[in-house]
Amino acid sequence: MINHSVKLNPKIWDKDVEQIPIRKGFGEGLLSAGEANEQVVGLCADLTESTQMHLFAKKFPNRFVEIGIGEQNLVTVASGMAAMGKIPFCSSYAMFSPGRNWEQIRTTICYNDRKVVIVGSHAGVSVGPDGGTHQAVEDIALMRVLPNMVVLSPCDSIEAKKATLATAKTKEPTYLRLAREKTPVITTTDTPFEIGKAQVFFKSKGEGQESKVGIIGTGSLLHRTLVAAKELDEEGVATAVLNLSTIKPLDEQAIIDLAKEYGRIVTVEEHQVMGGMGSALAECLAKNYPVPIEFIGVQDRFGQSGTPDEILAHYGMTTEDIKKAVHKVLKR
Amino acid sequence: MSSSHNTDEIAVHVADTHLTDKEIQNLEQKANAIRISVIEALVEAKSGHTAGPLGMADIFAYLYFHELRHDPKKPDWSERDRLILSNGHICPVLYSSMAHAGYFGKDGVEQFTKSLRKYGSIFQGHPHREFMPELDTSSGPLGSGLSQAVGMAIAERIDAGRSYKKWIWCLTGDGELDEGNNWEAIMLAGKEKLGNLIAIVDRNNIQIDGFTEDIMPLEPLSDKWQAFNWHVIEINGHDFTDIHRAVGEAKAEFDKPTVLIANTIPGKGVPDFERKPEWHGKVPNKEEGEMALKILRELGEKITK
Repeated sequence: MINHSVKLNPKIWDKDVEQIPIRKGFGEGLLSAGEANEQVVGLCADLTESTQMHLFAKKFPNRFVEIGIGEQNLVTVASGMAAMGKIPFCSSYAMFSPGRNWEQIRTTICYNDRKVVIVGSHAGVSVGPDGGTHQAVEDIALMRVLPNMVVLSPCDSIEAKKATLATAKTKEPTYLRLAREKTPVITTTDTPFEIGKAQVFFKSKGEGQESKVGIIGTGSLLHRTLVAAKELDEEGVATAVLNLSTIKPLDEQAIIDLAKEYGRIVTVEEHQVMGGMGSALAECLAKNYPVPIEFIGVQDRFGQSGTPDEILAHYGMTTEDIKKAVHKVLKR
Repeated sequence: MSSSHNTDEIAVHVADTHLTDKEIQNLEQKANAIRISVIEALVEAKSGHTAGPLGMADIFAYLYFHELRHDPKKPDWSERDRLILSNGHICPVLYSSMAHAGYFGKDGVEQFTKSLRKYGSIFQGHPHREFMPELDTSSGPLGSGLSQAVGMAIAERIDAGRSYKKWIWCLTGDGELDEGNNWEAIMLAGKEKLGNLIAIVDRNNIQIDGFTEDIMPLEPLSDKWQAFNWHVIEINGHDFTDIHRAVGEAKAEFDKPTVLIANTIPGKGVPDFERKPEWHGKVPNKEEGEMALKILRELGEKITK
């Protein structure tokens, strides 16, 4: 059942649950962060509206820099602004930033220890029709390997807004991963959010349920993960779902606690399994409390055109796939 | 960006019209001392770059001992000019200049010459702020310094309008202009009319694989910058009068960033090292070092006389 203490959207299970793109929460969050602190600045590489930076750009034209189509310049100019005390948010599609400009992010932001927020929108295969060139499924791996970098992957627009406001107040370079498609609203404004803190969103009562599996999800697939958990619960498998919206630094305690209580884990992310959230978690559990793990995500492939549902089905990231992974891990 | 500033706000800081003979002599002495410490440090380090640091010693002497608004005792002074070294591999000349200017205390020069590139040293092989917080940036991978300088210049304009108080200096190599990231920065600086930005290109015509015009021709280099709406001045990078005049002209330019294309002699000061690409990335051995130091010390005595 839903963990009521985290005050999720009561309509979470409804067929007509409100759906809003995760990136929209970033746009609103940046506007609020800009209103609260005049040091906040925005930079964009010719994708101002689709990355939702237009709200900020319109309100604060003097604090917005249109870089044009140049992602290497985007993040290095941001580094220079951060050196002068600004708090730069620079947005593009995840495929281009951090996809194209990784070394600039490494050297001028992380190595140089400058607070810049890299906003990678349109992450994952659910970008859909644009095809594989535009489907970033490597960005978490690219960013989490960098020293000093914080990696955030909010599950809905409300959490994206909170993540944006929270990171505007921290000192660490940060990667904020966003998805393009409309995503069911899972949380409410009352749901607690803290960078570095994972939350249990769903937990079976466990009465009369012999088998049990802990599921850890992040970002755009979290709603599907919750639906899978609920159906499994109804079928007699005890589950808990942890929303891992901070991928780095990892909330190791929450992950270890879940592994200890459930003994088996399934991870769910719209990203390559190699190097992604599941890998981060496996590193943590291998060191601290080894348990069998199954990984839902892209299995060393590139994306392709199609509707988001078609593509997610093709790469094995549907609710049914999550349930299958749970049954598979139960046999191990 | 805002473009509606009243011209009454303009506060252009034009440098003094000329350097006195005494000032020139003083700068020549500083440049010579910077070169001597560079050679001492490189011989001790047994690895690093020689040609670039020697070629840029005059410009560094001019910046650190005449032009920069800075306070070595308060390296984090918020009102200081910013200096971005994009071609981080010539950092021995940066470290040497900072050490002679007093950034690292009384024995800073000795620390530099003894510990460059060594384990635990603040004088890392390429500049790293974590080890040396006095730096305005870390650098090494080529081609991204200018973008950072552009970001700083834009930030300063957000804060101060176009009545600039701080100048943003970016030093780049010529070979690193092969990097596309530079041209993204050059385009943006032209668009934003960053009059508070001064780039200095070390036009020494060499890079690791040979002469720049053989590897990837840059000429007509001035025309290229001009086409991107920069104010371009070609200078003799070893002539303090010329450097000084050009910097004055750069500061008088209001609505364009300025680039000084500084023609320099790689390895300048030690005839055996001059104009040879092989000295880009190797260092003098003990004997070569002694020879170089002898020449430079004799030159030092001549300057004093």
